[in-house]
Amino acid sequence: MLAKIVEISLGAILINNFIFSQFLGCCPFLGCSNKVDTATGMGLAVVFVMGFASAICWVIDNYILVPLGLAFLETLAFILVIAALVQLVEMFLKKAVPSLYSALGIYLPLITTNCAVLGVVLLNVQNNYNFIESVVYGITGGLGFMLAIVLFATVRERTQFSDYPECFEGFPICLVSAALVALAFMGFSGMKIL
Amino acid sequence: MNRRKQLREGLVTNNPVLVQQIGMCATMAITTTLFNGVGMGLSVLIILTCCNVVVSALRKIIPEEIRLAIFVVVIAGFVTIVDLLLQAYIPALSAALGVFIPLIVVNCIIIGRAEAFCQKNTVKDSFFDGIFQGLGYTIVLIIMCVFREFVGSGRFGGGLIDIANGFRFTMDGTGGGIQIFPESYGMSIMNLPFGGFLTLGLLIGLMQYELKKFEKKKKMAERAAKELALQKEVEE
Repeated sequence: MLAKIVEISLGAILINNFIFSQFLGCCPFLGCSNKVDTATGMGLAVVFVMGFASAICWVIDNYILVPLGLAFLETLAFILVIAALVQLVEMFLKKAVPSLYSALGIYLPLITTNCAVLGVVLLNVQNNYNFIESVVYGITGGLGFMLAIVLFATVRERTQFSDYPECFEGFPICLVSAALVALAFMGFSGMKIL
Repeated sequence: MNRRKQLREGLVTNNPVLVQQIGMCATMAITTTLFNGVGMGLSVLIILTCCNVVVSALRKIIPEEIRLAIFVVVIAGFVTIVDLLLQAYIPALSAALGVFIPLIVVNCIIIGRAEAFCQKNTVKDSFFDGIFQGLGYTIVLIIMCVFREFVGSGRFGGGLIDIANGFRFTMDGTGGGIQIFPESYGMSIMNLPFGGFLTLGLLIGLMQYELKKFEKKKKMAERAAKELALQKEVEE
């Protein structure tokens, strides 16, 4: 059991990183990585939502959808759960941690359309994970996302002062530097866990 | 509304990926063979058109506050339909695209068009908008697939074109494609995530370069016309 958990965690954080090897969650990754502070806040919110979404969706899938033979409605049910969860997180942060709430701003509701969140839930079903494995995969997947976005924010703070062709301004230079970071993450791809 | 202008917007001047810069996750992830690219592009085109029509038909009765939730439910419904149809009739495509078919639900292109276009326009305009924007997306996918496949493994049309048994198109993803140069000479790194990021970055860069050049030319032409008019006035 423990070995399996370690395998899932390392896999989600490093070897199959959500952004650099599975391309899940690229939009907030590129849109929200201007500053290290925002990137950290975004990463934490995503870890939280992914962990809870994995847990709730696992329960809904195994105790409601599958027994009733409604497994084909998974996508629809999951996206509704995620939307409601994000709304809850938003309300909670607004009351409890208003400073973080205002720092995240528009990006908080946008977590609903983060493909990493829906992706992790669908992958849990696809890989037949049990409850604990699902939650671990959700949280570590979020941590992998956070690692990627914080690392990339530091890279991006430097590209702002560098000299590149004018037509690469904005997204293109981000994508090219993300390609180089992805190259670094490729080093993990051969790793095997016993 | 002018159809030709709408078509140009979808394909070039307001292309979803290259200009609006949305919906990039799937664009980078699945563009490894032409089969995947065409399949994904057409699936998005169909879903986008259906959602556009439904959202614009309901635009007057959808309450402002919960519109996003309603959009998501409509989109998720159509995505589920297409997902099940693909599993039944083109299982190879369903297996190749994997989790990215259900993930069309959170593809910003569809929810973005619903929010930006269908809320304010008629059903007919939204229908054509769906087709043209979907075509723009498909074309970008095809360009990326062709480039990555050629540089990465020296092939064209992998999965889609079968030349082993005479030239024909296959739907089951078994076609080997046309080998242009030996696979071992290709830069296989282009088939990996690195290639996805790099190709899209270069493509958007090229697009911005062309758009800027076009704008400059337009400005020069305007200035020249103004000067000509001024000269005429002076002469008169």
